[in-house]
Amino acid sequence: MESLRKYLDKIKPNFEEGGKCAKLKSTFEAFESFLFVPNEQTPAKGAHIRDAVDLKRTITVVLIALMPALFFGMWNVGYFHYQMTGEESGLFGNFFYGLVAMLPNIIASYVCGLFLEFMFAQIRKEQVNEGFLATGLLIPMICPVDTPCWMVGIATMFAVLIGKEVFGGTGMNIVNPALLARAFLFFAYPGKMSGDVVWVADYGKTLDLIKNNELPANTIVDGFSGATPLGQLAHDGTTSYSVMDMFLGFIPGSVGETSTLAILIGAVILIWTGIASWKIMLSGVAGVAVMGLLLNACGSEAYTQLPFYYHFILGGFAFGIVFMATDPVTAAQTECGKWVYGFLIGVVAILVRVVNPAFPEGVMLAILLMNVCAPLIDHCVIRANVKRRLNRAKVK
Amino acid sequence: MAQTNNSELLKNPLNLQNPITVQVLGICSALAVTVKLEPAIVMAISVTVVTALANLIISLIRNTIPSRIRIIVQLMVVASLVILVDQVLKAFMYELDKALSVYIGLIITNCIVMGRLEAFALGNKPLPALLDGIGNGLGYGVILVLVALVRELFGTGQLFGCQVIPDWCYEHGYANCGFMLNPPMALILIGVVIWIQRAKFAELQEK
Repeated sequence: MESLRKYLDKIKPNFEEGGKCAKLKSTFEAFESFLFVPNEQTPAKGAHIRDAVDLKRTITVVLIALMPALFFGMWNVGYFHYQMTGEESGLFGNFFYGLVAMLPNIIASYVCGLFLEFMFAQIRKEQVNEGFLATGLLIPMICPVDTPCWMVGIATMFAVLIGKEVFGGTGMNIVNPALLARAFLFFAYPGKMSGDVVWVADYGKTLDLIKNNELPANTIVDGFSGATPLGQLAHDGTTSYSVMDMFLGFIPGSVGETSTLAILIGAVILIWTGIASWKIMLSGVAGVAVMGLLLNACGSEAYTQLPFYYHFILGGFAFGIVFMATDPVTAAQTECGKWVYGFLIGVVAILVRVVNPAFPEGVMLAILLMNVCAPLIDHCVIRANVKRRLNRAKVK
Repeated sequence: MAQTNNSELLKNPLNLQNPITVQVLGICSALAVTVKLEPAIVMAISVTVVTALANLIISLIRNTIPSRIRIIVQLMVVASLVILVDQVLKAFMYELDKALSVYIGLIITNCIVMGRLEAFALGNKPLPALLDGIGNGLGYGVILVLVALVRELFGTGQLFGCQVIPDWCYEHGYANCGFMLNPPMALILIGVVIWIQRAKFAELQEK
């Protein structure tokens, strides 16, 4: 550590004004503050910072909160792959298979995103922000495991460029960049983002090989289906998975979203550290329950008659409401607005999911829509407050 | 702004006075006809012909048009020209005309045409007006072709309907980007063009 510090101090003058590599100042600072704490500290007198939570700490907590879902997702990938092939494998076998399958996507997302982040920080002569570290992990977690890594890379670049840098970088974005990347993939390559075969690693490829007679038909276990319970339900209103399977995560799906339990652990970490708003999560859950019950009351098909609590554990709702909707930049800022914002996410998500057969998963669209509406919600809340206080101030 | 230099009249709309990226006119058709390169080029030529000739005709009769009914006169001229263009396309490129459907007819409502008539042709001599019309039509066309090039290449892997991206890429997992074929992507691409242009030319940036 000591030698590293000395080395950094030695090469630092090169990056200062007038130095050899002055153009790469942002890059140097990013690595320096990644390895050590930032060099500039607040003076002992004068500044009144009461809390040590800065962007770096916030992102670190989010990453830690993501770990249960990520590790479980990796295990889940391996589990379903070996279910498909019928091979025996233990806990670690499953996990390592998933790790290897996930790694290209994670690397692609980080490399492409960080490249753009560094480039723009350099051009604008700003510091590189840590914000992307969370986004870069979220993107592969909300995609099916079979998404090719170059698609993840392109989507990441699109999201960073159009979702973030256009508006001025971290903290200025209107919509959640990770969800924008997924939305891009969803509309650009629908064949890779929805359907029944993309959710299990190598399922699509194996099916093709069997069709071309390059592999024997018994490579895939008889009766194996890679469809998500959500896909099954949208198809005929029944699912072959039990409620406990769906809660614990023994279902196919995007890598991070499968286990509601792992996501709940993450939610507890986020709420306990005060990073994410519990109001958004709670009102989101309320929104789903209200919409679910409403559909139960007025619907007649099997799908609309689904008990409302199914919607919490199906698909991406849990992941979306815990990690995506609570993004402090794109969510509503006012306390009252957060209740409305979360509630509407729940309502719209279930509305799209159940009523529109073209979109089996509505959570992504619901959160993106409410991201765009969040400033409007805040505006209304603030106007209402102003009006109430004006009324109170009036002389009777 | 009095522009005396004739070559500037031709050149300015291509960049610093571009009707799409700087004046932000004619966006609707730019979104609709840029899925493929061929219709985009035909559209660009059609609009260039209409703006050039309309500018010329209005400029020729500018001193005889009563100011009160000038919009009606302009519309008459533009509409006649658009019908002419439409008939020519129907006669010689029937398939393309069908692909462009209503958008040829909608050149009448293209803000660039009326904008140039009002802003330039009514107050200038015929030759500068003609050049201004050609320049603006080309400025519109450049953006159209640029956007259509990107959309057709990445959306379908083709250019002018011929396969450009080799089969080898598809066999190794490359896929066309379906989002490129949706109108929102045209809007985003035009936005990116505006972004790059303003980053490059500081005089275009609003304070």
